[in-house]
Amino acid sequence: MQVTMTVNGEEVTRDVEPRMLLVHFVRDELGLTGTHWGCDTSNCGTCVLWLDGEPVKSCTVLAAMAHGHSVRTVEDLEQGTVLDPVQEGFVREHGLQCGFCTPGMMMTARWLLDHNPDPSEAEIREAISGQLCRCTGYKNIVKAVRWAAEHRPIPAQATPDEMSAS
Amino acid sequence: MTAVEERPANPVGFGRMLRKEDARFVRGQGHYVDDLQLPGMLHGAVLRSPMAHARIVSIDTSAAEAHPKVKAVITGKTLESLKLAWIPSLSHDVLAVLATDKVRFQGQEVAFVVAEDRYAARDALELIDVEYEPLDPVMDARAALEPGAALIRDDIEGKTDNHIFDWESGDAAATDEVFANADVVVSQDMLYPRVHPAPMETCGAVAHMDRVTGKLVIWCTSQAPHAHRTLYALVAGLPEHKIQVISPDIGGGFGNKVGIYPGYVCAVVGSILTGKPVKWMEDRSENLMSTSFARDYHMHGEIAATRDGKILGLRVNVLADHGAFNNTAQPTKFPAGFFHVFTGSYDLQAAHCKVTGVYTNKAPGGVAYACSFRVTEAVYLVERMVDCLAAELHVDAGELRMKNLLRPEQFPYTSKTGWVYDSGEYPRALRLAMDIAGYEELRREQAEKRARGELMGIGISFFTETVGAGPRKHMDILGLGMADGAEVRVHPTGKAVVRLSVQTQGQGHETTFAQIVAEELGIPPEDIEVIHGDTDNTPFGLGTYGSRSTPVSGAAVAVAARRVRDKAKLIASAMIEASPDDLEWEKGRWYVKGNPTQGKTIQEIAFGAHSNVELPEGVEGHLDAECVYDPPNLTFPFGAYICVVDVDPGTGQVKVRRFIAVDDCGPRINPMIVEGQVHGGLADGVGMALMQVIAFDKDGNCLGGSFMDYLLPTSIECPSWELGETVTPSPHHPQGLKGVGESATVGSPPAVVNAVLDAIQVRHADMPLTPAQVWRAMQGSPFRTDLAIE
Repeated sequence: MQVTMTVNGEEVTRDVEPRMLLVHFVRDELGLTGTHWGCDTSNCGTCVLWLDGEPVKSCTVLAAMAHGHSVRTVEDLEQGTVLDPVQEGFVREHGLQCGFCTPGMMMTARWLLDHNPDPSEAEIREAISGQLCRCTGYKNIVKAVRWAAEHRPIPAQATPDEMSAS
Repeated sequence: MTAVEERPANPVGFGRMLRKEDARFVRGQGHYVDDLQLPGMLHGAVLRSPMAHARIVSIDTSAAEAHPKVKAVITGKTLESLKLAWIPSLSHDVLAVLATDKVRFQGQEVAFVVAEDRYAARDALELIDVEYEPLDPVMDARAALEPGAALIRDDIEGKTDNHIFDWESGDAAATDEVFANADVVVSQDMLYPRVHPAPMETCGAVAHMDRVTGKLVIWCTSQAPHAHRTLYALVAGLPEHKIQVISPDIGGGFGNKVGIYPGYVCAVVGSILTGKPVKWMEDRSENLMSTSFARDYHMHGEIAATRDGKILGLRVNVLADHGAFNNTAQPTKFPAGFFHVFTGSYDLQAAHCKVTGVYTNKAPGGVAYACSFRVTEAVYLVERMVDCLAAELHVDAGELRMKNLLRPEQFPYTSKTGWVYDSGEYPRALRLAMDIAGYEELRREQAEKRARGELMGIGISFFTETVGAGPRKHMDILGLGMADGAEVRVHPTGKAVVRLSVQTQGQGHETTFAQIVAEELGIPPEDIEVIHGDTDNTPFGLGTYGSRSTPVSGAAVAVAARRVRDKAKLIASAMIEASPDDLEWEKGRWYVKGNPTQGKTIQEIAFGAHSNVELPEGVEGHLDAECVYDPPNLTFPFGAYICVVDVDPGTGQVKVRRFIAVDDCGPRINPMIVEGQVHGGLADGVGMALMQVIAFDKDGNCLGGSFMDYLLPTSIECPSWELGETVTPSPHHPQGLKGVGESATVGSPPAVVNAVLDAIQVRHADMPLTPAQVWRAMQGSPFRTDLAIE
């Protein structure tokens, strides 16, 4: 079957099997390998990407279900050559080691900060609790998200005053 | 745009430095095995046994072969013709690649399909018809040696039982005498249940045999690419110079990715048969059910002491469940790994252990999951026994430890099982942990809560790790000595490249090994490229596991860098026209003693080494060196951990409120990375203590085959770790480094268990301390975890 969707702002169309999972679609069909495949049962969260602005575990979404919808993956976090503060925070606070859970964690973190710009530690822990990390023990992921909260992106239309205040 | 303050300058050497590898990982540009796409690549899938023990009557692959997208179907018969149906295990046993006669555990590999895409390969598995004749499974190690137990390994000629080995360490007679004369003897049975490392990335490989050049390239999730290459050469008879093993980015290993799995071999055979690259990536269930597990040690411990709390001796009997094939990865001489470090951190008069290994109808493996070759089991045993003794004597578990810890003046210390501990200041570490925890205040709080009927527990563990395997004369894996090579090359402009035999799985080698060179040569770490994970481009070595990268490969790099520095001195002397004896080193520069302005930087010397500077006699041009490091001893990191828990008296639910970890791994190359490693290991400990177990039912069904059943700790179960540090350098490592990768995984489970049992005032209950397990323990029935469903 033919599916068409917007991925990271660009419309893509592919012929795929109706049973193809979205995680395999973005990885194998589009070559966006930042989204990972980790468990098949929606437990690990390495496959988290956004579907219409909401984080989803793409191992339990069919590519067909994304037909006509909008997908955003980790490859879209960096704007131009400027890292998203979430990406910067993960580097600064050592929020990653092997890097396998990192894209999914960052996609959830970005969503959290878009909806709750100043989350508490408990709120961050709850937000990422559906995703597993085997390397970091989570503490530095929490710190990374807090770092991002404290270093918000400056809106493009910001005035010089606002820029200096942030 | 982001408002970002400037990043601090990197240290030229040791110190906190952000990781070089992160630039690609945070952009989703990491390159893992499953990310690899090659032209014409085919996909493999493994058919696995649904039964734990059964004879194979027949395998019909005709329907699968007729599938339009299937390119090859491989069975044990195919492999027999290539003499690859069985391969040597890592413990001098054999291991079935694809079953020929019987299946011996649920999830065992039976057939391999190569197809055009991964979905078609899975479809074709459904078309293979295998007829099985079920046999009685042996699922309980305690019954494996009973008369009449089903014989698992009838493939081994003359084998009549399920016994693998008996092994002992220490002095049995001396230990018996100490026990006979002791005031107090406490004994306890305990199980360290079977767990699985479960890295986020599963295991897999892409194999490509080029029919024209005869070159086989294997991209693999391997922690030990060089060892893999040599084993492929030895086992398959392929010429070693035509094999290239590449470990790209690896999504966590923890010991799960040390061995060679049947899927890798099948991918290689698939590529040989089809002439195309073949990718095989296992799914999560395959990973949990068939790849290397950890632990499964049934231990009977005894501790002897005086009435006033001086520990005198330890005696341990272990029944070790190795699964269907003895495929534990450890140095050949030590079938129970380094379990005989079970004497722990205490000054004993005598100690003895005996370990019996048995076959069961479970997946093979046994040494994995950041265990430092079974130091996890050893530390758990001794630290539980000390708590049992404290309960018996009605003394504080912290005081009892403090009284018995080895004292600094006793180092180097020879243990009763023959280890030579290199260095340690144990009481200092325990005192620091107790200070950070506010130990006295916690005990007061606990007393108040107890009076109100609330269950709060404080658990301590003190561990001595033994890592950095190891001296060649004692340690090899399948005959390969455990020394590692390194090469340091300084380019004409003073930038450098270092080539490693070890393989990061997230430890940050691209950063820390650059820092090791920077510390020795004064070249900024950002000017040093670290090459690893490719056997064609790195020196030989046994890889990363057992916390050996820093103590072995790190030492190799440091020594190679010092050789570069020595050569730079000779070249500098020629450039300055001074005697080498008159030169002194400051980081990054040789200068004339008493005349600091007259000198040459390492960058200037590097250019000189490649220029037309007239070199002293016997000095060749260029600036590089190599080293093969054979460690004179292991290193012995240590630490003191304190866990504080609250237990719900109505449900048995455990909440880890605080966890304090003081680690001493010698000097820290990069404190940020060390702390990250400790954090991860502590989460492992909480997971093993409270929720992780690979259990089986009596029919042999694996009850931990997905993340819905095999529970791992999330951000909710993990507290915000509180760390402390002491620094006791190793006297024999060139930079004093000891390694830290597994310390927290080794040291933390007993702290959590001790805390929970302290809360509920029960002498012992086996892990994992799930709410049900804790609740049952509170009712007086310690619930065994090896047969979770009866």
